[in-house]
Amino acid sequence: MPESKTVKQKESIWKKPGFQAVFASVICVLVGLLIGLIVLAIIKPAGAWDSIVTIVLNFFNYPTGAARLRYLGNTLVKTAPLLMCALSIQFCYKVGLFNIGAAGQYVVGAGACLYAALAWNQPWWVCMLLAVLAGGIYGAIVGALKAYLNVNEVISGIMLNWIGLYGVNMLLSKVKESTSPYTIGVASANPSAIMPSLGMEKLFTNNKYVTIAIPLSVIIAIVVWIVQSKTTFGYELQATGFNKDAARYAGMKEKRNIILSLIIGGALAGIGAAFLYLTGYEQWSCTQSSVPNMGFDGISAAFLGGLNPIGTIFASYFIQHITDGGSYLDKAIYPSQISDLISAIIIYLCGFVLFFKYVMNSRIRAKEEKKLREEKKSEGGQA
Amino acid sequence: MVLLLQYTLIFASVLSLVALGGCFSEHSGIINLGLEGIMVIGALGGAMTLDAMGGQAAPAVVLATLAVSILCGMAYAALLGFACIQFSADQTLVGTALNILATALATVIVKARNMARNPDDVSSTVQYVTGKKAFIFRIGSFEFNWFMLIALIALILAGIILYRTRFGLRLMACGENPQAADSVGINVYKMRWAGVLISGALGGLGGICYITAGVSEWKFENGVAGFGFLALAVMIFGAWKPLNIGLAALLFGFFRTLSNVYSSIGILANLNIPGTLYNMLPYIISLLVLAFTSRNSRAPKAEGIPYDKGSR
Repeated sequence: MPESKTVKQKESIWKKPGFQAVFASVICVLVGLLIGLIVLAIIKPAGAWDSIVTIVLNFFNYPTGAARLRYLGNTLVKTAPLLMCALSIQFCYKVGLFNIGAAGQYVVGAGACLYAALAWNQPWWVCMLLAVLAGGIYGAIVGALKAYLNVNEVISGIMLNWIGLYGVNMLLSKVKESTSPYTIGVASANPSAIMPSLGMEKLFTNNKYVTIAIPLSVIIAIVVWIVQSKTTFGYELQATGFNKDAARYAGMKEKRNIILSLIIGGALAGIGAAFLYLTGYEQWSCTQSSVPNMGFDGISAAFLGGLNPIGTIFASYFIQHITDGGSYLDKAIYPSQISDLISAIIIYLCGFVLFFKYVMNSRIRAKEEKKLREEKKSEGGQA
Repeated sequence: MVLLLQYTLIFASVLSLVALGGCFSEHSGIINLGLEGIMVIGALGGAMTLDAMGGQAAPAVVLATLAVSILCGMAYAALLGFACIQFSADQTLVGTALNILATALATVIVKARNMARNPDDVSSTVQYVTGKKAFIFRIGSFEFNWFMLIALIALILAGIILYRTRFGLRLMACGENPQAADSVGINVYKMRWAGVLISGALGGLGGICYITAGVSEWKFENGVAGFGFLALAVMIFGAWKPLNIGLAALLFGFFRTLSNVYSSIGILANLNIPGTLYNMLPYIISLLVLAFTSRNSRAPKAEGIPYDKGSR
């Protein structure tokens, strides 16, 4: 028996699920960057390597520390909403639902908070709560359709994305600048709707867009992690995700759980929109003809984060980091959408993660069995 | 009125081609949510061909464009097959990845091409004004488009192949009960590859048909605006059967057309409804239709479940 104990003690780091998830994500990132490099090289070989370095460096492209901090601030400002969208997708995926409607829930959240800020002159927290409410209700539609009418949540989500986009464009054209398609700047029209910074802007070389949205988003991610891994409610939701019928037999209300998780997912995406538009960083263009990328990038971040809320924090930052890095490319030669391409490739590669883990595990098992056999053999020889 | 009929028919052609694509894939057991992306890539290949061949003999242009679109669609669909059939990947995730990837890829390719031609041109637009004419001939004021005929033939062929040939019945068996199909000697993996590749071909065709339907240039940054998903709604409404898909496509095509032509129809223009509402209409209708038809879904029973020879 002591032999088996020693084997257990020497359990390799490769067997730990957490390490496997991180390793798999790193591989996805590296392969994604490699393919990005190849595409750059096809467009123009001479500057390809420098360009991929530029993307990865992002704000480090600036020479001074002050400028770097300032632009790190910008990346963080956009990471907060992305993290919320990623959590929205992660949360629903744990319940077995693919919430591609997060993009639309984000859009109606943006509509609600901007309209409240500009038309009703509400303070930031009212605007934010309205965004949460709008996103939640929008998610509830997908949930109710799924739970009661068996409508595929991906298709209904996509339909609602477009309905939401056209609806919000219509709503927000009432509060747009008369000479441009953009909504009126929140900071000048209603400063009380800008989220407080609590002095954090000083940390980022007076970047006025840095607000409490950034720490709030991280806190929410931690709360989501606690709910999922430490509470009965979280356990019930995940059980529903594993096997709807088994959950029902165990006395869980699977219909309620489906709707509830999409409401929470919608609320997360909605608050994400508030985290961006209530900083004044961006104005809504009332003529935009495609759904904002934020919700879709959330899919990359959620899966790259190994579907773990804490992992999602880092993955969201990474996705936003390379997206911003893309804007520093030499625009006369390379399109900045290379970054979108890299994150899309990363999502595709995430599809292989399960298989990848399976291969890792079966290799480890094969190795261990071989070792055990050899040990037994030598033991047998001695006896 | 002629305009209404013409646009309804052409949009119905797009929808039925793409919905048939989804139909073949799902009957083989693979959910193809990547149809939207396949359309984009098919459209990209076709548009580049049209742009390159503009001004040449019409039959040559038509055949080359169709061939390139089909091949692009199939090659792109192979990415879905590779991940989902060979590696049992999550079909929803991979399909979604393909949609996002297609728009990014098409934008990068077109921008790189435009910039190489003219450094000041950073748009993601491909123009095919002259090339597009090869697909159209006029009957009075009605613009007949070859795609209308192609879609009709595809519908009839799909009906025959699925229900009257050994291949079609075997394909459907793999989507209903792959273990049983395997036990009588059908290679499930091969059949699923066939389903996915056929859906790629039809999706690619639908893509080029869509972008040549009403306009003569396309901005690839916008993808195909959810049309691939409308086609999936058509497929569900059509209960995965070619004939019903054709009828459902006509209905959806009609609502999609309203947003293009409402201003030229007296009654509708007088109602003074904002144009945005017409843009929303196809999506709202499909949501309603899905709500009423999904409950007793006729979806192939084994769709979405990766086939594993070892499991029972």
